[in-house]
Amino acid sequence: MNWESWQAFWAMGGYGLYVWGSFGMTALCVVAEVWLVRRRRVQVWQKLRRMQAWDAQ
Amino acid sequence: MLSFLFTVVRRDILLAARRRGDWLTAQFFFVMVVSLFPLGIGPEPTMLRTIGPGVVWVAALLATLLSLGRLFADDHRDGSLEQLLLSPYPNALLALGKAIAHWIINGIPLLLIAPVLGIQFNLPAEALAVLVLSLAIGTPILSLLGSIGAALTLGLRGGGTLITLLILPLYVPALIFGAGAVDGVLAGTGAEAHLSLLGALLVMALLIAPWISALALKVSVE
Amino acid sequence: MNLYRYASPATFHPLAGRLVPWFAGLAAVLAAVGLYIGFFVAPTDFQQGEGYRIIFIHVPAAWMSMFIYVVMAFWSAIGLAFNTRLSFILARALAPTGAMFTFVALWTGAFWGKPMWGAWWVWDARLTSELILLFLYVGVMALQAAIDDPRRADRAGALLNLVGVINVPIIYFSVKWWNTLHQGASVSLTRAPSMAETMLWGMLVMALAAWMYTIAVALARARTLVLERERRTDWARALLEGKA
Repeated sequence: MNWESWQAFWAMGGYGLYVWGSFGMTALCVVAEVWLVRRRRVQVWQKLRRMQAWDAQ
Repeated sequence: MLSFLFTVVRRDILLAARRRGDWLTAQFFFVMVVSLFPLGIGPEPTMLRTIGPGVVWVAALLATLLSLGRLFADDHRDGSLEQLLLSPYPNALLALGKAIAHWIINGIPLLLIAPVLGIQFNLPAEALAVLVLSLAIGTPILSLLGSIGAALTLGLRGGGTLITLLILPLYVPALIFGAGAVDGVLAGTGAEAHLSLLGALLVMALLIAPWISALALKVSVE
Repeated sequence: MNLYRYASPATFHPLAGRLVPWFAGLAAVLAAVGLYIGFFVAPTDFQQGEGYRIIFIHVPAAWMSMFIYVVMAFWSAIGLAFNTRLSFILARALAPTGAMFTFVALWTGAFWGKPMWGAWWVWDARLTSELILLFLYVGVMALQAAIDDPRRADRAGALLNLVGVINVPIIYFSVKWWNTLHQGASVSLTRAPSMAETMLWGMLVMALAAWMYTIAVALARARTLVLERERRTDWARALLEGKA
């Protein structure tokens, strides 16, 4: 085990800002990308359904 | 084959000669961009000498991009591009001719202006000669690679700004070897290595770029 | 097995729909394992302390950024050669994820560089090439976004992608050359810390996680693109009718 306490874990031996800045930004990018892909899916789905309803009329 | 190439080049030069205003714009742009740097940075001679080669080269890239927008656009608008693409000759020959014409019209003037701008940047005579030589090998690369971008963005809204995004990253090696050659002279390490690499780039661009621009033209005109 | 069957949009759409959760799940599990190795198993580096742990995302992100560009070029070439619509869609679906990994590689490079070299950005050959790679991604995506006709957008993007992939090694070489000539002005990256075996494993597992994640996201994106393009076909109409 590398860490004696949670505090030591978050401090990262003084490199906390850099390590968590990197991992944080990565997590943010992944979450944002997944969210964007899903939102796009929903938007396209709604748009196509509207268009189809329009065509049917 | 060669006569077709010659006809394409001649036609473009004649057309450009009729519209000297457009042609002058890119050349003056080149002069102005280069002249703005000392105003932004300060007139200190040693500093200017260090940045000179890079500034002239970057300005040459931008000036080339400025004139690339029109490479195929006019022919596309009046329909003659489609006719040319239907000719029995390979389309790559057409793209090559267009790129050569672009270099003669826009590249050669840059070479002639560059030494004057180099003097403003306090470059010694030997460095000026290498600057011109590096531009002489480098600007055809810019025209050839640029023709790909011009063909891809043909007829698009905002094509002029888009082409800069597509093509500038591809210009990086030419910029590094071109400006590096002049730096080599200034640093006393010689320019041969840079210039021969630039020459290798030119050969590659000559072999590949016309084919790709021809394909891109077909995609865009279809 | 008939590969062409899977290339048909009507088959691809439901198939991708079934595969996405599996790849996403795999990515999550692998990332959890990789992070566990990275933070709890891998020992502290004797030179760089705990700061080196950034390597567990920096290196996989940099690998993926290059790998995805090459995979995109592969699909672009297939699309141009065999005129298969799905290949273009896959190439297009990969681009944003590739750009995202390139950005992550740059960001983590900066956050690693600050404590190790004392500067957020140095013109190191690898960082500079990565920056230009980001520009290449941006160019392809901007070109595709600017063209309304999907057929033309696919082909134009694919051609630019191919030109880019020919250029990537040239760019890398030229930047390296430039970097060694200007050694005095910049700091070059010291060799990566002598790799303990667990560090290597952590990196490999994280890279696998990133790979699975890429497949999941790209398939999901490709699904939406397929549906959008095929909206007039029978299967797409039936699908759109079905779900409320």
